[in-house]
Amino acid sequence: MAALLSSHITANAVVGLLLLGALWVARFVRRNRLWRDAFTQIARRRPLALAVCALYVSLGLIDSVAWIGGGDTGGDAVASHQPRSLLDRAFGTSRERSYSAPLARAEFYGQRPLAHPGKHLLGTDVLGRDVLFVTLKGARIALLIGGLTSLISIPLALFFGVLAGYFGKWLDDAIFFLMSVLASVPGILLLIALIMALGKSTLSVCLALGVTGWVGFCRIARGEAMKLRELDYVHAARALGVPEVRIILRHILPNLIHLIVITFVLTFSSQVLSEAVLSWINIGVDGSWGQMIAQAKDELARDPIVWWNIAGAGGGLFGLLLAINMVGDAVRDVLDPRTSKENL
Amino acid sequence: MLAYLVRRAAYGVLVVFGVLMLLFALFFGVTKPDDIARRAIGEKAMPSVIAQWKKNHGYDRPLWPGAGHLTDNLLVDHFRKMLTFDFGRSDADDTPIINRIKDGAGPSLSLTLPEFTCGIGLGLIIALFLAFFRETYIDRAGLVLGVLGMSVSVLLYIIGGQFLIGKLLRWFPISGFDSSWLVRPRFLMLPVIVGIAAYLGSDTRFYRTLFVEEIHRDYVRTARAKGAGEIRVMARHVLRNALIPILTGIVISVPTLFMGSLLLENAFGIPGLGSLTVDAITGNDFATLRAIVFIGSLLLVGGQILTDITYTLADPRIRLE
Repeated sequence: MAALLSSHITANAVVGLLLLGALWVARFVRRNRLWRDAFTQIARRRPLALAVCALYVSLGLIDSVAWIGGGDTGGDAVASHQPRSLLDRAFGTSRERSYSAPLARAEFYGQRPLAHPGKHLLGTDVLGRDVLFVTLKGARIALLIGGLTSLISIPLALFFGVLAGYFGKWLDDAIFFLMSVLASVPGILLLIALIMALGKSTLSVCLALGVTGWVGFCRIARGEAMKLRELDYVHAARALGVPEVRIILRHILPNLIHLIVITFVLTFSSQVLSEAVLSWINIGVDGSWGQMIAQAKDELARDPIVWWNIAGAGGGLFGLLLAINMVGDAVRDVLDPRTSKENL
Repeated sequence: MLAYLVRRAAYGVLVVFGVLMLLFALFFGVTKPDDIARRAIGEKAMPSVIAQWKKNHGYDRPLWPGAGHLTDNLLVDHFRKMLTFDFGRSDADDTPIINRIKDGAGPSLSLTLPEFTCGIGLGLIIALFLAFFRETYIDRAGLVLGVLGMSVSVLLYIIGGQFLIGKLLRWFPISGFDSSWLVRPRFLMLPVIVGIAAYLGSDTRFYRTLFVEEIHRDYVRTARAKGAGEIRVMARHVLRNALIPILTGIVISVPTLFMGSLLLENAFGIPGLGSLTVDAITGNDFATLRAIVFIGSLLLVGGQILTDITYTLADPRIRLE
């Protein structure tokens, strides 16, 4: 599974599928008047935040499309046999020996001349990697964390929530008990327990975040399904002999979509923040901004100060979270029928 | 009420058993005793060494009860150890786990208690202030600051706090801890400030939403109509009614204050339960980790039951029968 994920062919396929999915959603939003109105409202309220989100997504895409061979690897025999993304190719192999200040011409300690003087817009880190490059690569990881965990937790929550809420009785009791058990372990401890049990890897971090994240939304979906079950048109459908599966697909699920969108946007930022916390205690995802910050945590205590690693990773993280939080507020205001009434 | 309490407590016990089963599934089912041994002594350890390690640490028994080992198996042992609070010895350094947990609870509490109380107090005051000036530029500025604060990772608050307050201003030591109560506050000031600052943004926004929701209620309009001043309305009517959801919302986290804070304790060198957890993670100390997760869950279940009780006490409209 891990090997499958790291293969660049599957990675490209996943990106392609996600793009197709996004196109399908865009088509759906364009065709449906309600959703088109909602989208234009969100875009009108938060044009800048949406643009920033789009910027991050395109960065992630640029770093996702990868292939082997071609381009100049600077004589690096290993790199020429590894898949390199568009972003890798744009930056090339411009490694230094160690720290160098932004746009410096010499090394930070020792003052030896750099291999690529003045090329490093944000300097280089302790291993001599270009900080701007490493920071930009973090965008893909952050989107992966937020997106993959949502892809795990939302279907899980929706499935169990609708099952419990719609059918009730013993099924509801069983699922509610499962939710109670998961909700009774403090969040961070459950994350740690899952990651330690599954082994420290990117996939297990995403799985752990997904498994811990679904309970909250499951509770909402369950409550909503319970309410919808008693509505007249659902009763009517059942009286007409429509099969239960069809009722759920046609009458229950479409009424939950606004909740899914709100939860997706709101949990996205909290997942990225949780991963940063996990990175601090060394069980995070490789290459994430959280890991960059955790690895650079002592650099501000140096003399002279090495600030560009923290600034790069912190800036990337802050920009993404701010944009998503702003969009999230707008999404909730527009889609949640309770709040949108107040604004009328 | 009594009948409800008994039923609620019984469900709590059931949930605790569920948590124990989950822990068993994770730490004995997903990660088998062989894996635990390998992580502790190395991936390429010889089978005989692994067998010896398992024997030394009590992992050399069958997983499930069966003929011949009805009580002498890991499942029964796991339940017995957890439920009697005799967690056995650490996988990493053979010290009794319960002693380390007892030692860690004090330092953890001395960090989380002031952080929790001051954080809520400060959040409530700011939120009340914003709600008082709602729909003005003061309110807007406060909300924007809140979003900005929410978007900064805790890691950056820690690093920034240590740099700004510890290194540049030299107000408090950057990290450290002391058992004497005279010196301890000096060490605790910085982590408490950082802890409060990290969650002030989201807390304040949450409280403000509750206050503003309450302001639009009918009884507030009535109070204004009969001539009550705006300050009296806020303090007597809005604050007291909004406190119901706030109180019931924070009661749940009171018992888990014992668990301390993973990040703050690790970053500021406080020898509490958070540090113990981080040590257990880095040392692949599964025995300690199991004990910590179990105690955390126990406290959280306690918090959930307390929450349900406060609901009935704080809001007379709710009857739990």
